[in-house]
Amino acid sequence: MQIGRQTYGYWLMTAPLFVVVVSLYGWPILSILWLSVSEPAPGLRNFAKLFEDNGLLHLIWTTVRVCLITTVLSVTAGYLIAYVMNFALEGQRRWLMAILLLSFWISVLVRAFAWLTLLSRNGVLNNFLVGAGLIDEPITFVRNELGVLIGMVHYMIPYAALPLFTNMHGIDGRIASASRSLGAGPFTTFWRIFLPMTRPGIVAASSLVFIISLGFYVTPAILGGGKVLMIAEYVSVQILVTQKWGVASMLATLMLMGVFGVLLVLSRFMKLSEAFGAR
Amino acid sequence: MSMARKNSLFSFRSLLIVAWIMCGILVLPALVAIPVSLTPKRFLSLPSGELSLQHYATLFTSDLWVGSAWQSLVIATSSMVLATGLGTFCAVGLWRVSSRFSELLRVVLLLPLIIPPIISAMAFYRTWVKLELIDTYAGMIVAHAILSSPMVMISVSAALANFDVRLEQASRNLGASVTTTLWRVIIPAIKPGIFSGAIFAFILSWDETVVALFISKFDVYTLPRRMWDGIRENTDPAVAAAAVVTISITLIAMLLAFWISKRSARHLESA
Repeated sequence: MQIGRQTYGYWLMTAPLFVVVVSLYGWPILSILWLSVSEPAPGLRNFAKLFEDNGLLHLIWTTVRVCLITTVLSVTAGYLIAYVMNFALEGQRRWLMAILLLSFWISVLVRAFAWLTLLSRNGVLNNFLVGAGLIDEPITFVRNELGVLIGMVHYMIPYAALPLFTNMHGIDGRIASASRSLGAGPFTTFWRIFLPMTRPGIVAASSLVFIISLGFYVTPAILGGGKVLMIAEYVSVQILVTQKWGVASMLATLMLMGVFGVLLVLSRFMKLSEAFGAR
Repeated sequence: MSMARKNSLFSFRSLLIVAWIMCGILVLPALVAIPVSLTPKRFLSLPSGELSLQHYATLFTSDLWVGSAWQSLVIATSSMVLATGLGTFCAVGLWRVSSRFSELLRVVLLLPLIIPPIISAMAFYRTWVKLELIDTYAGMIVAHAILSSPMVMISVSAALANFDVRLEQASRNLGASVTTTLWRVIIPAIKPGIFSGAIFAFILSWDETVVALFISKFDVYTLPRRMWDGIRENTDPAVAAAAVVTISITLIAMLLAFWISKRSARHLESA
């Protein structure tokens, strides 16, 4: 009884946020999921469209392809940055960390705008290249899949690097030294010792990047220029322009299933709070 | 070690250079907004020769831009206060009660961070229509507060992890109530975590675009929303000036967060 009375006040403190989140967020999300099987008529009609409409399959394939490429590229780049940070001297490490955090917080809209200014047909880079006589015709960097990938990889690199660095930082540096003193070369040491030990970091970073990429809206809409249609933009058109909630909520349901599927796989490897909470 | 490094395929020095170049690419492109915002021309371009502040003049005198910036400021500040209040109380509560149920609670409360913004936007849109919150300050503030509350929870929980539970127990054993303990013992100790959580909440709302596109229309038109229009039309260099202002605010907020964490670290050392 005593314990119950002691914690009663603390339970009460969790209530306001819990009530707000459940009633004004959790419930609305569930109602969106419900729409996917009830709008315009009850049943699985919306999901059946996946097998009838090639446009929808193409949309999903584009989204998954872009997200997979983004994940591979940004985790590779993030790995390199995290690796260097791990072995760099304290001063350099702090600066690299500050830059990562800064880019982490620069608005996604501002970044898409910057890439558009730099890379469009009469943008800064093309003007420079044509002016310098290096190319005759401007190169099409944006308003295509390349532009979307540049924008997304650029956005996701800090999300990949930070969990990787946390993981590497927890590895005992003496293990690599031991491998070296036992005669293994630097490449063998990296390939057989260090890389396998960072596998949890790679899994966590890849999952995080993939999950966030799935829902990307601003970057593909601006840098894809209407030519690279991903699920989020399609959904917004369905709702804001044509008011077709059925297909939109079906796609949202698929996206959520993708997100939680990845999280489920991840949770088999590690505690989710460790994968994300460390940040 | 230096002998060994010479033998490796890539020397650490060259890796270091590559990492620095990559980090440069992470932040430098955004800076292109600065020269573009100073162009004397009426379309997006780099200035050649003379510079002009006319686009900043547009930004700071046009009713549309000033109105949007003001609305963004009001919404970001209000949602920050709301999220920080609710998030802090909740994090402290969860810290002292631990059970299977509280772990479940934690996961539910982190959902706004995990669920893609486009789905959150759909959910808010549909519910806000029913509650007549579409295109209102209240609607934007509540939505942004919900989205940023996990940031506050994470930040405050991290601060609580470094807080000695025995201080709380001592306070309670000496007869202080939960309320007194909260205000006189716990909150003073975790202030830095609360402040940095608040700053993250502010930036999140200040930059938020996707949900704003869904739940605001005419009366409420935040800065990101107006920038979004400008970028899609791709003509007005005032967007570049707005981008510079946005980056500056983010930078100031980050420096503030950095300063707070540094100060609290010093405080811990001296204690």
